[in-house]
Amino acid sequence: MIELARVTKRFGSAAAVRGVDAVFDRGTVTALIGPSGCGKSTLLRMMLGLILPDEGTVSVEGRPVDRWDATSLRARCGYAIQSGGLFPHLTARQNAELPAKAHGRALDPSRIEELCELTRFEPSLLSRLPGELSGGQRQRVALMRALVLDPEVLLLDEPLGALDPLVRAELQRDLRGLFEALGKTVVMVTHDLAEAAYLAPQSIALLRDGKLEQRGSFASLQGSPASGFVREFLDAQTERARVLVAGGSA
Amino acid sequence: MMRRVLLTGVACVLAVFAAMTDAQDRIVVGSKSFTESAILGHMLVSLAGDAGADAELKTFPGSSVAFAALRSGDIVAYPEYTGTLTRELLSERGLRTDDELRTALAEMGLAMTGPIGFNNTYAIGVRRDDAATLGLRTIGDLAAHPSLRLAFSNEFMNRGDGWPGLRDHYSLPNPARGIEHALAYRALAERQIDATDLYSTDAQIAAMDLAVLEDDLGYFPRYDAVILYRADLADRLPDVVASFERMAGAIDADAMRSLNERAELGRNGDREAPQAVAADAVGRLFGLRAAASQAGVVQRVVRRTVEHVVLVGLSMAVAIAAAVPLGIVAARSRAFAGPVLGAAGVLQTIPAIALLVVLIGPLGIGAPTAIVALILYSLLPIVRNTHAGLTGIPGDLAESADAIGLTGFDRLRLVELPMALPTVLAGIKTAAVINVGTATLGGFISAGGYGQPIFTGITRNNFNLILEGALPAAAMAIAVQGLFDLIDRFAVSRGLRLSR
Repeated sequence: MIELARVTKRFGSAAAVRGVDAVFDRGTVTALIGPSGCGKSTLLRMMLGLILPDEGTVSVEGRPVDRWDATSLRARCGYAIQSGGLFPHLTARQNAELPAKAHGRALDPSRIEELCELTRFEPSLLSRLPGELSGGQRQRVALMRALVLDPEVLLLDEPLGALDPLVRAELQRDLRGLFEALGKTVVMVTHDLAEAAYLAPQSIALLRDGKLEQRGSFASLQGSPASGFVREFLDAQTERARVLVAGGSA
Repeated sequence: MMRRVLLTGVACVLAVFAAMTDAQDRIVVGSKSFTESAILGHMLVSLAGDAGADAELKTFPGSSVAFAALRSGDIVAYPEYTGTLTRELLSERGLRTDDELRTALAEMGLAMTGPIGFNNTYAIGVRRDDAATLGLRTIGDLAAHPSLRLAFSNEFMNRGDGWPGLRDHYSLPNPARGIEHALAYRALAERQIDATDLYSTDAQIAAMDLAVLEDDLGYFPRYDAVILYRADLADRLPDVVASFERMAGAIDADAMRSLNERAELGRNGDREAPQAVAADAVGRLFGLRAAASQAGVVQRVVRRTVEHVVLVGLSMAVAIAAAVPLGIVAARSRAFAGPVLGAAGVLQTIPAIALLVVLIGPLGIGAPTAIVALILYSLLPIVRNTHAGLTGIPGDLAESADAIGLTGFDRLRLVELPMALPTVLAGIKTAAVINVGTATLGGFISAGGYGQPIFTGITRNNFNLILEGALPAAAMAIAVQGLFDLIDRFAVSRGLRLSR
């Protein structure tokens, strides 16, 4: 379980996150959504202790992040980012195994093959370098790396943001299957409403200017938007989809 | 595996170095680098050999370093001139006679043989046509022509018995500048300068038909050539000293000029090496068979190459061992980065030759001093590139390493160093290529290597000798460049090239 209590974070004079309260229960999947610069990535980084809040508390499993030993906190949280964050000098397998090395844990010999199946990564590509893989393949390796230590929490920052639509749709399907199969606590940042609704239909948190605007299921956001902004945000994305579809058929 | 290869390499280098510097059961004699001193030095080697000692010759760029080497015991003997001793090396003692000189030397644990037989004093030379048209006969006559361009050897410009004293003695108004002695003759012939200092046994005086101005006010002292040696040599190896004494009275000025001419100008345009001239001279004078035959070009280059590799290899090994950790610390701590990079930068701005001279004070002359200078000189490119490589890792990858929980040595070993390796290697390559070139300056302080023939060649105006050092040095620099390109190909992950 992850708990945010009155969390504020400033960069210089600008507040990126302003007094956010939120709870992410064990085994739930939550999408953090909102326009660029709304503070969603900052929130995610604070859950991992990469940055610390200026005010309020971020707790993982009941313990404030700053009182966790950073190493054991990170062993419990898998993390993947938009660019994949793979190290270019290491093969896919070495990248996926890296957290085990960092934490001095021996891996079961079949663990990587197991993860290949889970993330639908072609095992014959394990000896390839990141530069020799496609964008989708790289994200699958990044997912394997996030999952290799079987963490309780999965933190994903726009994991599909850099992919072309076809690959993206395929990975969205695979991610949903993966979330269902593993039952982990997942917090995922995206700016795409459809993706949020598809992957986290029960829990979408919409942020605006560092504040939590509304939190709830996709249906409740649609049915009873808490503010004009929520309505506008939902309408804009639905409208955009309609325009795109209309443009495509013209 | 890698460690074993490294250790073996270091052991080999140390062994070569030890072989180079271990001179316990041999004697080392010295000479200054100009031709006459080199010929006399090679004669000493033959004479020592005749007395049963295994002698080696070491060359020094000037009087004071040779004298210092004699006093410290680096060498046991070298040819010197009485005037240089009384007016320059021991000038503060105000010595007048040879007896006073012998007493002063004895107090320092030194002795000298009887005069070899020629007085190689300083003289001032002008072109013969100028002497005729301007009416130049004595040194004092120069005063009437203040526009004449005077250029003297750098040593003469600065020594007590050189230009400052001469100017005062004759009240000369003429300005003067410094020039390398061997270049002065050419400059004189090409009318770039009008007068220069000569040694009276210089081969070029007759060859270029120069007029020697008369020292009518008796400024220059006698510069009788002698062999200067350590007094303890007479106790240790009396036969060697007795053999050196055979030089006394053996060579007069004409004979010396003729020996110099063979080495500097050659007969029929074919110059002989000082060693060959010396071998011939000891044969004719003392009936010795040429003990030391001139080593062939290949042998000399091989020996210089080994010496140069030791200079470069040892200094680079130490520089890498020091600079990479310094670069790592600088990358980890911003407070440390400024001072470390700043200090390495300051070292780099010191001219190499100045750094060498400064180090002669505490460390003396020879290879170790050159190695220390080369180490200091190689630090900056390696420290700077290590720092740049480590701090230049892209932000998202640095954050990924954080998020994975990679810390400390594992982070350095698994991620940071492999990713910084191309930059670090580029720094080491830069340092090594510069190092190969800078190491030639070691010739200035008798450190061996390719600098030795280059410096001796400049002193003796011997272009072939200069090339004998310069060409292999250039080849080695290119080879080092190639070697590091090869290391880069094998050591750097292919993945980094894909993303480059």
